Amino acid sequence: MIEIENITKRYGDNTVVDTVSMTVEPRTITVIVGTSGSGKTTLMRMINRLVEPSEGMIRIDGADNRSIPGYELRRHIGYAIQGHGLFPHRTVAENIATVPTLLGWDKKRIAAKVEELLTLFQLDPAAFGPRYPHELSGGQQQRVGVARALAAEPNILLMDEPFGALDPVIRAKAQDDLLAIQKHFGTTIVLVTHDMEEAFHLADKIAVMDKGRIVQCAAPEEMLVNPATDFVETLIGAEERPFRLLSIGTAADAAEAGEAQGEPIAASVSQREALSSLLWSGREALPVVGADGASLGRVTLAGLARRAARPQ
Amino acid sequence: MGFRIDKLGVVIAALLAYGGFLAPFANFRANRIVPGEARWIIEALPAGYGAALLAFIAVAIALILLKTPTLFRLVLGLVALLALAVLIGVSAGHLTPPENTYARVSPASGFWLSSFAFALLTADALARLRLSPLARIGLLLAVAATVAGLLVSGIWDGLSILKEYGSRAETFWLEAGRHVVLALGSLAAACLVGLPLGILCHRVPSLRAGVLNGLNIIQTIPSIALFGLLIAPLGWIALNVPGASALGIRGIGAAPAFVALFLYSLLPVVANTVVGLAGVPRDANDAARGIGMTGRQRLFGVELPLAFPVILTGIRIVLVQNIGLATIAALIGGGGFGVFVFQGIGQTAMDLVLLGAVPTVALAFAAAVVLDAATELSNSKRGRAA
Repeated sequence: MIEIENITKRYGDNTVVDTVSMTVEPRTITVIVGTSGSGKTTLMRMINRLVEPSEGMIRIDGADNRSIPGYELRRHIGYAIQGHGLFPHRTVAENIATVPTLLGWDKKRIAAKVEELLTLFQLDPAAFGPRYPHELSGGQQQRVGVARALAAEPNILLMDEPFGALDPVIRAKAQDDLLAIQKHFGTTIVLVTHDMEEAFHLADKIAVMDKGRIVQCAAPEEMLVNPATDFVETLIGAEERPFRLLSIGTAADAAEAGEAQGEPIAASVSQREALSSLLWSGREALPVVGADGASLGRVTLAGLARRAARPQ
Repeated sequence: MGFRIDKLGVVIAALLAYGGFLAPFANFRANRIVPGEARWIIEALPAGYGAALLAFIAVAIALILLKTPTLFRLVLGLVALLALAVLIGVSAGHLTPPENTYARVSPASGFWLSSFAFALLTADALARLRLSPLARIGLLLAVAATVAGLLVSGIWDGLSILKEYGSRAETFWLEAGRHVVLALGSLAAACLVGLPLGILCHRVPSLRAGVLNGLNIIQTIPSIALFGLLIAPLGWIALNVPGASALGIRGIGAAPAFVALFLYSLLPVVANTVVGLAGVPRDANDAARGIGMTGRQRLFGVELPLAFPVILTGIRIVLVQNIGLATIAALIGGGGFGVFVFQGIGQTAMDLVLLGAVPTVALAFAAAVVLDAATELSNSKRGRAA
């Protein structure tokens, strides 16, 4: 759990983050969105003290984050950034092993961890471990960057526009991988982005920042229904609202009893994708199947239309 | 198929044609200070040898003009250089009258031009072959071994430069040692001071402009003037600081030479350290901080390794520059190969000048090859290409 209390950061006369308070629940994904210069990155960097606050306090699992030296704090908090920030002179395996080495793990444990993470990120340890970062594609570099951030098994992972440099296809895949990994480790994630699509896809809670202040911090549905200010409404995009609403839930949530013909839809895809499949196939309903192939019923156009409507 | 002309080959061929057929091959002097008499290839070499060399040069000109395979050009260049090296020795034996120890035979412009032309051919072929760094060092060792072999074999003993060496062999090695100590010692001192100074300039931007400008100004002071400027302060130190003169610190001699070389070396080391550190990717640095490296771990684990190839380039500049500059140290009694150069100029004995100049050039050349290879190795190992 991360508790941020009245945190303020000033550079001279310029207040970048202005008395912000918020709480990040354990094992959730909180996405901080906002325009450039809204202070979202600065807010995140105060959690691991890459930036020292001017006022206020941040507690991590109840302890003031200033109770240990900054570098020691950071070794226990994962950190992944846009453009991955891998060390060009170290191999993939050495990059991932960085924090465990700093923490003084023994060699065997480090090697096992590197292998586990590479496998988890669908990179063959034997093939990719000895390579240098420049020999990898952009998507692979990004995955190694996240693997390095997770190597010391941190409870908290901070991500600064981690998918910003990726093309749309790879970005979607990376986002799904992140969700799977968050489930796997139960990590608490704070992610900064300016991409609302990404925010609605990933977030348990979205915090909207504007001019150094948090204007709204709420679950995605709540934010769609009751945007706190005009700014939040503009950021969400009024014409996108029904689709944003659908992109929060999965097809499994929208499954109704009954049968349908046609190409089945996977239970894990978002309702937005299910709607897209229905519209494109020209059918009123399509079957939903679980990961094991068992039928979960069907999704219907009418059902999705009801879900896309403004909740009462 | 038509024959195609090699562009650089035209230049090399022109040099060879002039050096081989129009310029004298060797210089003969009755003793070491009278003006020499020119000897062309035919006169300078025993019957048969001269004609063979001329024929070889004529054929080589034709082969070099045309586009021939690179490896062939390399072998041709190396064989020709070896042949010239052996023949100049033969020429010395041929031209010196028997039992005459006063006569001097030295290489003349034709020999130097032909050697230069073939060296150019070799260097061009080597550049085109893109040899790996280790192969280049291997080749350097092979060339050094060949030269050493020629020296030991005694084939060059008749040459004037070796006669000069013969009469002062002991001094030669003493001065060689001083030269190397001056050049390497000042480099080591410059690294010890320059690296931390460069790191400091990188960390504290307000220092950067001042330090670099100050070092730039030092660099513009002519070396002789700098020696002169150092005489007074070092003399004062020798007189007033206890133990200083026991350490060899004096107004003239090795101390001011060492200090001057050290001061000249600082700019390349500091500037390249600053540039190298500035070139470290921002992302890598931010990530290093973000995952919990301390300032020291970041410096030694990320910043310095990534800046290393650039720093090494600075060290290469310094080493080659110092080996050359150290010759001037002789002017103020600092020793080194410059001793022979200035003695030679004083006595108008060009052979003595060569005895100082040739090893200096060879040392600088070898240092450049070794450090270039080292820079390339450090670059390729750390995959920096994007």
